[in-house]
Amino acid sequence: MDASLPAHMRPERSFQGFILALQRFWAEQGCVILQPYDMEMGAGTFHPATTLRALGPKPWNAAYVQPSRRPKDGRYGENPNRMQHYYQFQVIMKPSPPNLQELYLKSLAAIGIDSAVHDIRFVEDDWESPTLGAWGLGWECWCDGMEVSQFTYFQQVAGFECAPVAGELTYGLERLAMYVQGVDRVYDLNFNGRDGDAKVTYGDVFLQAEREYSKHNFEVADTAMLFEQFKMAEGACRKYLEAGWKDGKREAHLMALPAYDQCIKASHVFNLLDARGVISVTERQSYILRVRELAKACGEAWIHTEAGGAA
Amino acid sequence: MPDLLLELFSEEIPARMQAKAADDLRRMVTDKLVAEGLVYEGAKAFSTPRRLALTVHGIPARQPDLKTERRGPKVGAPDAAVQGFLKATGLKSLDEAKIQRDPKGDFYIGLIEKPGRDAIDVLAEILPVIIRTFPWPKSMRWGARSGKPGSLSWVRPLHAIVATFGPETEEPDVVKFEIDGIETGQTTYGHRFMAPAAINVRRFEDYEAKLKAAKVILDPQARKDIIFADAKELTFAQGFELVEDQVLLDEVSGLVEWPVVMMGSFEAEYLAIPEEVIRATIRNNQKCFVVRDAKTGKLTNKFVLTANIEAADGGKTIVSGNERVIRPRLSDAKFFYETDLKTKLEDRLPKFEQIVFHEKLGTQAARIKRIERLAAEIAPLVGADVAKATRAAHLAKADLLTEVVGEFPEVQGLMGKYYALAQGEDASVAAACEEHYKPQGPADRVPTDPVSVAVALADKLDTLVGFWAIDEKPTGSKDPYALRRAALGVIRLIAENALRLSLMKVAASALAGLSVKPADASKLPSDLLAFFADRLKVQLREQGARHDLVDAVFALGGQDDLLMIVRRVEALGKFLETDDGKNLLAGIKRASNILGIEEKKDKRSFDGAPDAALYGLGEEKALAKAIGEVQAEASAAVAKEDFAAAMSAMAKLRSPVDAFFDKVRVNDDDPKVRENRLKLLNEIRSATRAVADFSKIQD
Repeated sequence: MDASLPAHMRPERSFQGFILALQRFWAEQGCVILQPYDMEMGAGTFHPATTLRALGPKPWNAAYVQPSRRPKDGRYGENPNRMQHYYQFQVIMKPSPPNLQELYLKSLAAIGIDSAVHDIRFVEDDWESPTLGAWGLGWECWCDGMEVSQFTYFQQVAGFECAPVAGELTYGLERLAMYVQGVDRVYDLNFNGRDGDAKVTYGDVFLQAEREYSKHNFEVADTAMLFEQFKMAEGACRKYLEAGWKDGKREAHLMALPAYDQCIKASHVFNLLDARGVISVTERQSYILRVRELAKACGEAWIHTEAGGAA
Repeated sequence: MPDLLLELFSEEIPARMQAKAADDLRRMVTDKLVAEGLVYEGAKAFSTPRRLALTVHGIPARQPDLKTERRGPKVGAPDAAVQGFLKATGLKSLDEAKIQRDPKGDFYIGLIEKPGRDAIDVLAEILPVIIRTFPWPKSMRWGARSGKPGSLSWVRPLHAIVATFGPETEEPDVVKFEIDGIETGQTTYGHRFMAPAAINVRRFEDYEAKLKAAKVILDPQARKDIIFADAKELTFAQGFELVEDQVLLDEVSGLVEWPVVMMGSFEAEYLAIPEEVIRATIRNNQKCFVVRDAKTGKLTNKFVLTANIEAADGGKTIVSGNERVIRPRLSDAKFFYETDLKTKLEDRLPKFEQIVFHEKLGTQAARIKRIERLAAEIAPLVGADVAKATRAAHLAKADLLTEVVGEFPEVQGLMGKYYALAQGEDASVAAACEEHYKPQGPADRVPTDPVSVAVALADKLDTLVGFWAIDEKPTGSKDPYALRRAALGVIRLIAENALRLSLMKVAASALAGLSVKPADASKLPSDLLAFFADRLKVQLREQGARHDLVDAVFALGGQDDLLMIVRRVEALGKFLETDDGKNLLAGIKRASNILGIEEKKDKRSFDGAPDAALYGLGEEKALAKAIGEVQAEASAAVAKEDFAAAMSAMAKLRSPVDAFFDKVRVNDDDPKVRENRLKLLNEIRSATRAVADFSKIQD
């Protein structure tokens, strides 16, 4: 931890200070610090900076906060740690550096978790994303029995082998900050590190939204519109992919990213429909497969782009 | 003789894979050593979360020289053959070859000496191959090298390899090889947090000791012993008792290199949750042990955790951190449990209309209705109250929709029992909610309460018949619906409760209740019966009993009363252990063999009663008489289900059969006498079929 920081910026006092500490740490490791992707998504992994950049031969080191939306996890603001909107901090390093575990442990030290007094463990957890056609091996990282991060060596993304392999770290920011700040309810997190009247809590920022979106996600979201949006996003994705092949030959692609946006869109719309309970068990599987097909096609397009490493 | 030390140092290996990996490493290295002519004295392998280690001691420093003889051409053979021989053996001239005489003439023999190689060179050759082909259940690539094809796969990134070889008294040599950029050496590392520095090691003894000094207990058994002893002592000191849990102990010992056992607590109010739920919460999510009060035997609000570090603050932060994690988990569990209690089990059932059990077999609701109907039908056959069996079948699956079971699937059934009791159901009905899943495997307890038995049978038979009807039978190693387990469950329920029921009838009835109609419905029950016969055989084989007797009994046909089949097999087994049994079996087999040959020769069978007028010898008459008596006696005994008596009756056939074969020539010159004698032999076969088809019994 940086001792020169003013009190209100310290990671154990302020949620924003916590995020800034992580960003600063990973910036020092050579990562580009990105801003959140401007679309709704279920996890930081969906960000093209992870999904697409994990593919292809080019080195890539990035870190960013990604607001993550899980419509089904909404609890109308009444559960102490479940929300339909929360933050993930995502680090992706390709190829995975040999000391990634050490870097991760140092990052914990940077946010105030001292490995001399805490019990930090790497517990087996194989990661798989059926919607992204992706899998990897790694761990849940435990701190005193609590899962605080996910650590994955990507083996496959969008159905393609990762060569080289990227290492991915995902920190559950609220949970970690709650632990560091010593609060049991997420809404009690000190957001800005100030005291008294100047103090802004996580609840001040997000509680209203949690109540509103829970109602929206479970009760009101317009399912007819959403079904239509899913179809439209799926159609658009396919259309952009088709139109993106340069000269109509499947050698170079010019529009992987806009197409992938539609895949992200379809995935989120599916999550909303799922939360509304209008997708049956059997249909569920087929929706997941449809999104996966889009993700795979986008992955294929990406490796045929210049940034994706195509010659 | 020199020893080998091998250590593969990596990032954290999943706990569940460590023991097998250590064993695989030992087996692969020692097998290869032996195959290379290097017979070692002993080997032992170890694992921690971050390393696999192997010590092999007493390896010869060199392979033995190999001497082989090669037979060459005949003396005086053409020059081309001689030259070829010299080339193949490396001999300079024929003077160096021996001459050997054998019945075909004189031949040159070349002696080829292949000098043994140094063991260290052999190791440098075999170890990289073993590492590259190591059988991890799942392995991965990593780092810059993973961009190229053929990069190393390991369970998690591999960082260092120690490989030394040498005798006790000398400085060992490094077994030199390189694999994916990792060069072997003598350097390992201590505990990740407490002693991360590099350590130079020479051989196993100093390796193990230096690791211990660097806060790593290499031997998983030693770690288990420490955790177990410390946990017992810690709980005992406070008047508590550890709830022992071998599986958890195995797992926890694979998560730490330096176990530090500590005790934490939670609010006593959570003890209102059923103990199994508390245990599941704490065990599954936190990998901690639960603790009971030594006096009352009930769970207390304590738990035992195993940390991987001697923390600077004595563990205060770790204990309070774990308590902070366990508290909301238990709070969730309590909330789930209390929420569940607010809804009656039957009120959950309509939801099953929306839940598909299997695409082709309809919804869970339909399945529950089928089980109810079948349970009601089976109830009188097993001595259960029909109303209670129906009620139990009605409620037994409802807990699948409760919050607690949603969170902890392993307490399914058990929660059903709790909720049933809470809403005032009959004790048998409540018990059946739990027990109808039993027995889950060969070691699981078989329920005895008739209500549980009826529902358990109905549940399993509906599953079996259903999947048979849609042709989803187990094949080879694939049995996704655990149908083998279900069939074994049925067998054990019937045999251990001494139940009488016709499987064919029950199966036909279960089939009638299905909405799918298989193409060959009439064949299904007998096909299923054959599956039961197979499972019975497997079970008997596993118990070390004779499984071929199952075939001998099933071959009689029309056998669908499992209890009678089991009893008959048992009686037959006992009989065949007696001298009478063994000799009679030999006699029957002889009769069958002769008949088989003659039937083939004449292209006809020898059915039909023999003609008494054609008996010429006393032994014929005696045998015919004995057959008549034994058949009557054995059939009567079988009708009374007294299989032991039936077998004793069979025993009376032994001496007349022996005497017959002793004195009577079956293939008489007179074709009529021959035919009559063959008919008599055929009578032996059919008489013995009163108890079993002896021709199906292996010798």
